[in-house]
Amino acid sequence: MSTTHARAGVRRTVIRTLCVLVGMVGFTLALIPLYDVFCEITGLNGKTANSAQVVSAGEVDESREVRVQLVTRTGTGLSWQLQALDPVITVHPGEISQAMFRFSNRGDITSSGKAVPSITPSAGAEHFRKMECFCFQQQSLMAGETLELPLVFQIAPDLPEHIETLTLAYSLYPGDEDETVALGGAYD
Amino acid sequence: MASDTSQATVQVSTSAVAQGDGAHDSHGPTGILRWVVTTNHKEIGSLYLLFSLAMLFVGGSMALVIRTELFQPGLQFIQPEFFNQMTTMHGLIMVFGAIMPAFVGLANWMIPMQIGAPDMALPRLNNFSFWLLPVAFGILLSTLFMEGGGPNFGWTFYAPLSTTYAPPSTSFFIMSIHLAGISSILGAINIIATIFNLRTPGMRLMDMSLFVWTWLITAFLLIAVMPVLAGVVTMMLMDINFGTSFFNAAGGGDPVLFQHLFWFFGHPEVYIMILPAFGIVSLIVPTFARKRLFGYASMVYATAAIALLSFLVWAHHMFTVGIPLVGELFFMYSTMLIAVPTGVKIFNWIATLFRGSISFEVPMLFALGFIVMFTIGGLSGVMLAIVPADFQYHDTYFVVAHFHYVLVPGALFAIMAAAYYWMPKWTGYYASETLGKWHFWLSVIGVNLTFFPMHFSGLAGMPRRIPDYALQFADFNMLSSIGGFLFGFSQLIFVWVLIKAIRGSGEKAHAHAWEGADGLEWTVPSPAPLHTFDTPPPFDPLTESPSRH
Ligand SMILES: [Cu+2]
Repeated sequence: MSTTHARAGVRRTVIRTLCVLVGMVGFTLALIPLYDVFCEITGLNGKTANSAQVVSAGEVDESREVRVQLVTRTGTGLSWQLQALDPVITVHPGEISQAMFRFSNRGDITSSGKAVPSITPSAGAEHFRKMECFCFQQQSLMAGETLELPLVFQIAPDLPEHIETLTLAYSLYPGDEDETVALGGAYD
Repeated sequence: MASDTSQATVQVSTSAVAQGDGAHDSHGPTGILRWVVTTNHKEIGSLYLLFSLAMLFVGGSMALVIRTELFQPGLQFIQPEFFNQMTTMHGLIMVFGAIMPAFVGLANWMIPMQIGAPDMALPRLNNFSFWLLPVAFGILLSTLFMEGGGPNFGWTFYAPLSTTYAPPSTSFFIMSIHLAGISSILGAINIIATIFNLRTPGMRLMDMSLFVWTWLITAFLLIAVMPVLAGVVTMMLMDINFGTSFFNAAGGGDPVLFQHLFWFFGHPEVYIMILPAFGIVSLIVPTFARKRLFGYASMVYATAAIALLSFLVWAHHMFTVGIPLVGELFFMYSTMLIAVPTGVKIFNWIATLFRGSISFEVPMLFALGFIVMFTIGGLSGVMLAIVPADFQYHDTYFVVAHFHYVLVPGALFAIMAAAYYWMPKWTGYYASETLGKWHFWLSVIGVNLTFFPMHFSGLAGMPRRIPDYALQFADFNMLSSIGGFLFGFSQLIFVWVLIKAIRGSGEKAHAHAWEGADGLEWTVPSPAPLHTFDTPPPFDPLTESPSRH
C-alpha cells in the first residue's frame, strides 16, 4: 500500500463526510420552516389561523353536539387576568357561535398583552374556524382597566366523528415591548 | 495454531524494528507536554479513557448527592434548586463526558490495531478532538459556581425551561455542548476515514471485527445527528440572547418543536451509546466461549438496521404532547420494530455461547452481565413503547429504571468488559482476577439494588426529577440509595485494578493474551509498543476473517 494512495483516499473520504455533514446542517435548518408548513397544513401542533377566516359552507348539523371548553392562563411577566365568561359551551358543527372573554389589567401601569390560542386535540385545530378574535392582534389596557372581547367562531361540519370535546386554551403573554413603551409614554 | 504462533513471532520482530525506526524520528517534547501535543492513537486513546474515568467519578458523585437527598422523604441535605442542577449535570456529564468519550478512547486504541493501520487517518485532528473535551467540561462544571447556578432544566434541556426560565449561565452550557459536539464530529470523521482507507491489504469490510463495524455505523450516526443538536442549542442561544422565538409560544414559536428536534438527535444518540457496546460484547463472548461468533453477517445487518430505524422513532419520547392517533401508532410500531434486530443480536450471542467451552474470566463476566441486564432494560423499553402504558409510565421512575438499565449495566458494563479484556494489551499485565471479580459482583449487586426498585416506585407513580416524595415510596428509595452507594464505591476497585496493572504488578501478559481471542491486536506484543503496523500486517481472510466459515 503506497502512502500517497492512502492519503488521497483519506482526503476523498473526509470531503464526502463533510458533504454529509453540511447536508445535515442544511436539513436541520430546513426542518424549522418545514415544521411550520407541516403544522399549518395539518394543524398538528394545535395552532389555529392567525387572521380572520370565512365561514365554512355546509349545513348546520343539528344532530351532533360538540363541547367547547375554554381555558385561559397567564404567562409570567404580565399582571393581567383573562377569564372566559362561559367556560364550557355546547355547539352544533356548522353553527356560528360567540364566546366572551374578560381581560383585566391588575397592575398599576398601562401594559399590552397578547393571547395565543391552542386547540386540543390537535386534529380538531384546522376545523376550528375563527371569524373574529382578539388573538389576531395585541391588546393594551390601562392600569385597572377591564375589557370584554368576543370570539366569533364556527366548528366546520367536517370535524372528525371521534371528536366530541374541543379545548381551546388561551395563554396570555406580554405584548411587544416597543409598543408597550410607546403607549405608556403617551399616557404619562 | 502453529501458523498463528509463527505469524505472531514475525509480527513481534517487525514491530520491534518499527519501534526502533520510530525512536529515531521522535524528538518530540517530554513530560506533560508530550501528552498535550501527542498525535499517537494509543496515547490519545489513553487520554480519552482516563478523561472519561474522571468524568465517571464526577458524574457519579452527583448521582450520590441525589441519592443522599432521596434516602428519606422530605428535604434533608440540599435545596430543590441545587437538586435540579445535580440531576441535570449528572445526566449531561455521564452521557457526553463519560460514556461517549470512553467509546471514542476504545476506538482510538483498538480500531487501528484491529485493522492493521499504523495510526488514525488524521492524527493531529485526533489530538484537537480530545483537547476540546476538557475545555467543554471545564466550562460546563464552572457554571455550577456562577450566579444563578448551573443548568437546572434536566439533561434533555426542554425549552422554555432552558430558555425563558433558564439561569444566566445557560449560554455557557450551550457553548460546552457545541464544543463537545464538534469533538464528536471530528472524532467520527477520523474514524470513518481510518476504517475506509487504512485497512491492511486483503481485509474487506466483511472481514472487520464487529467492534470496528459497530463503530463505523456509530460514526455515521454521529455525523448525522450532531448537527441537529448543534442547531437546537444555537436556536436556544438565539431565543435567549437575540430575541428570536423558535421555541417561544408568545412570539409565535412552538416549544414542542424543541422536543421534536431534540429527540431527532436524542434517539440516535441512545444508539451511539450502545452500538459500540454491542461490538465489544461480540468480541468477548466468542473469545471466552472459544467459538466463532454465531451469525457475523446478521450482526452487521442488525446493527445497520438499528441505526436506520433510530431515525424513525423519536416521537416515542413525546407520546403525551398530544400527537394524533396515527402518529402515536406509527411511532409505537416503529419503536417495537427495533426489538427485532436487537433480538437477533441477543439470539446470536446466546447461540455463540451454546455448546461453547466457556470460562468466566472478568471480561466475560461483564459481557454476560451486559447481555442479561441490557435485555432487562430492553424489555422495559418495549413496555414504554406501548402508547397507553406510556401515558401511565411517562416521567416516572420507571423511565429512570429503563434507561439506567441500558446505560449502566448496558453501556458502562461493556466499557468495563473492554477495559478488562484489553488491559493486558494496554499495560502488559492482566487485571487482577480476584479484584476484578469483587468489582464485578459488587457492581452487579449495587446496580440491581439501585435500579430494580425504581421499576416499582415508578409503576406506583413516583415522578422523576423531584427532590421529595410521598411516604409510600420511602422503602424503595432507601434501597436505591444503599445500592447507589454500593455501586459507586465499588468503582474504586476498578481504579485500584487499573493502577496495579499500569504499575506492572500481577501476571505478565504475552502477545496473545486470551487463548480464544481473534484479531490482529493479539499479534503485537503486550504491552503494545507505541508504534504498531508501520508496515501493513499480512491478513488472510480465509483463516483470519471473523466471517470465515
Ligand atoms: Cu428513543
